[in-house]
Amino acid sequence: MSEISRKPPHESAGIEVRHICKRFGSLAAVDDISFEVKPGEIFGLLGPNGAGKSTLIRILTTLIDPTSGTATVAGHDIVQAPYAVREAIGVIPQNMTSDPDLTCEENLTIHARLYGMSGARRKTLARQLLESVNLGKWGKAYARTLSGGMRRRLEIARGLIHQPRILFLDEPTTGLDPVSRMSVWEMISHLRDQQGLTLFLTTHYMDEADRLCDRLAIVDRGKIVVLNSPAALKTTVPGASVLETQLAPDLPGGAAELETLPGVHRVQKQGEAIYRIFSDHGPNAAEALMELARRSGIEIKTLSIQSTTLDDVFLHFTGRGLHEADAVPARGGMGRTAPF
Amino acid sequence: MNRALAIIERDLRKFFRSPTLLIVTLVLPLVQLVVLGNAFGGNIRNVKLGVVTLDRGPETVPLLRKLDAIAANARTFVPIAYSGQGRAMAALKAGRLGAVLIIPPHYSRNLLLKLNPRVGLIVDNTDRSLSGAVEAAFNNIAQQMNQPFQPARVADLEPPYVRIATVELYPYIPYMQYLLPGSVTLALFVTAMIGGGIVFIDDKSRGLHEGYLVTPITKFELVSGFVASGVVKAIASGLTVLILGGIISGIQDLFNPLRLLFLLLMTVVGALALISMMFLLMARVSDPLVPRAIFGVLNTLLFFPSGAVYPIEGFPPWMRVLARVDPFTYAVHGYRALLLKQVALAPIGRDLLVLCVTTALMLAGASWAFKRSL
Ligand SMILES: Nc1ncnc2c1ncn2[C@@H]1O[C@H](COP(=O)(O)OP(=O)(O)O)[C@@H](O)[C@H]1O
Ligand SMILES: [Mg+2]
Repeated sequence: MSEISRKPPHESAGIEVRHICKRFGSLAAVDDISFEVKPGEIFGLLGPNGAGKSTLIRILTTLIDPTSGTATVAGHDIVQAPYAVREAIGVIPQNMTSDPDLTCEENLTIHARLYGMSGARRKTLARQLLESVNLGKWGKAYARTLSGGMRRRLEIARGLIHQPRILFLDEPTTGLDPVSRMSVWEMISHLRDQQGLTLFLTTHYMDEADRLCDRLAIVDRGKIVVLNSPAALKTTVPGASVLETQLAPDLPGGAAELETLPGVHRVQKQGEAIYRIFSDHGPNAAEALMELARRSGIEIKTLSIQSTTLDDVFLHFTGRGLHEADAVPARGGMGRTAPF
Repeated sequence: MNRALAIIERDLRKFFRSPTLLIVTLVLPLVQLVVLGNAFGGNIRNVKLGVVTLDRGPETVPLLRKLDAIAANARTFVPIAYSGQGRAMAALKAGRLGAVLIIPPHYSRNLLLKLNPRVGLIVDNTDRSLSGAVEAAFNNIAQQMNQPFQPARVADLEPPYVRIATVELYPYIPYMQYLLPGSVTLALFVTAMIGGGIVFIDDKSRGLHEGYLVTPITKFELVSGFVASGVVKAIASGLTVLILGGIISGIQDLFNPLRLLFLLLMTVVGALALISMMFLLMARVSDPLVPRAIFGVLNTLLFFPSGAVYPIEGFPPWMRVLARVDPFTYAVHGYRALLLKQVALAPIGRDLLVLCVTTALMLAGASWAFKRSL
């Protein structure tokens, strides 16, 4: 994408959110949220379906008005100066909004026209952008013939057509296969690294948030639960490293006996003689476990040490796993169904 | 304003690329034109008329001759002689005859004695068009026969009678031609309904409009873009039905350049009125079922009261009110004037004015109702 000249990262390419609330009847979809996004960072909202992520993105991209609170995007108030905000941002909504019955190139040039761009400029920019999202050969193909990942990349190109300073992506990889997800991730990192864009994205995949975001707000039921860098978030959970082990036969004392090991905070029994052991230091706990097994004449069939995941962080702060929390009836936002 | 062109470009590329929508908008009006045009309005012919003559006198001869004259020329009915009243009536009740004429005994004698004899005409009135045509033919005969009796020998002294001679202002108009203005208006309406209603709401519910709303396009540009692309589509299918329908129904001198120019004007104005009406109706709708559900109702409510298929003068008062507020009425009237009468601006001036005012009001309402947000 380096061949596209872009405005230098602007001082005001950040986002400030102050006490934003959005109510739908009695439901507080977004409930007093405040945070700041610095220019040039990748900021993520991680939360289960129905947490209010799309609603917040719609407020920040001027699609709906907040019930209360204020926010500035690229230095412009979202309610007072929505047109200035719209000029400065690119948006890739959760549902595909590119037109399946138009070619990739037409999707881009028509979108460019919505920004009042001249004809010749529209064409060259569209070609360059398609090239940069690896769709250079697909300019004349109808958007409906693209795979999910290619379609998403087309939408990203479309969101970039007017050279915005901030890009909003609502669940950019939901519904994509693993390979397509990787290609979208690469593109997002690339945009920040090479172009200095500010990126604001939402996701309900913890691995995605972990891998992409510089800072992350975990949201649940319209509120920010905790906000920090993924690494810092993981260290806030007591028992930051996890041992998974299968014993044969089972310990007579079970999980309670394992909890007496030094540095161990908590033990989850996962199945017949299978345990998850949360400790401060994985290798020490592993040594203690092997010592215990030797003393008790028990064989350790498997043993793995993992660091905490954001899932554990979510569990720690909300008392529920990220995917149990999806139990909130997930309406594809605004009551529409996702096209895939 | 440049931004509105983005919406127009998108809609028109799609419209002219896939002919489905265009074809769909042409099928209903053309099928209606051909089927309704031939189903209604034909002259009633060949009704089977049972004739029972119970009088053998000389005066039955001119009467029967008049029947034969009608049978040979207008061919409204085919006389079939029956020997008895009972058998003729049985055939009428069985549906084998459409009417029975009974010339009573002593008809000739009573006529000569000026006793005003009565001839019986029994009609099967379950079909009013049919019985009406037969009755009209007989009223005609009776009128001729009731002219003052003139002895044959003074026939050359015949005084000048006043007769009503109907002058038809325009050449005889087949029903298909009468229907054509309605079909063209219907084409405009169907395009407005499908392109401006169904496809519009489908795009909206698929989230395509979200892609517009995050850009700096203004509400005015959005509305004018949607309306303008709708109008271009409606004009395309309206003109197609006009030309195809004009050829099928045999409109005379269809390709007169001035006529085509006025027809184009009428089409632009009619399309504007119907599209902006549709846009007003759809401004707040987001459920894709709504435009589908109201399609049929709206079609019936606008098309039939407009005078497209039957003269407004024949409607009950409440429906005449409906006709007055129906934009269809003015489009149909304007097209009819241009297609069947003379090519001139004066007869369609009022129609154009009403449609322009309608457009202005509907557009103002639509812009007010349209929300530039989700
Ligand atoms: N237009 C709306 N009207 C009523 N409720 C809504 C509307 N949009 C979203 N909601 C509700 O607000 C909550 C948050 O939705 P959303 O922001 O789409 O969540 P997420 O994007 O995190 O999955 C959900 O309970 C959803 O049903
Ligand atoms: Mg969402």
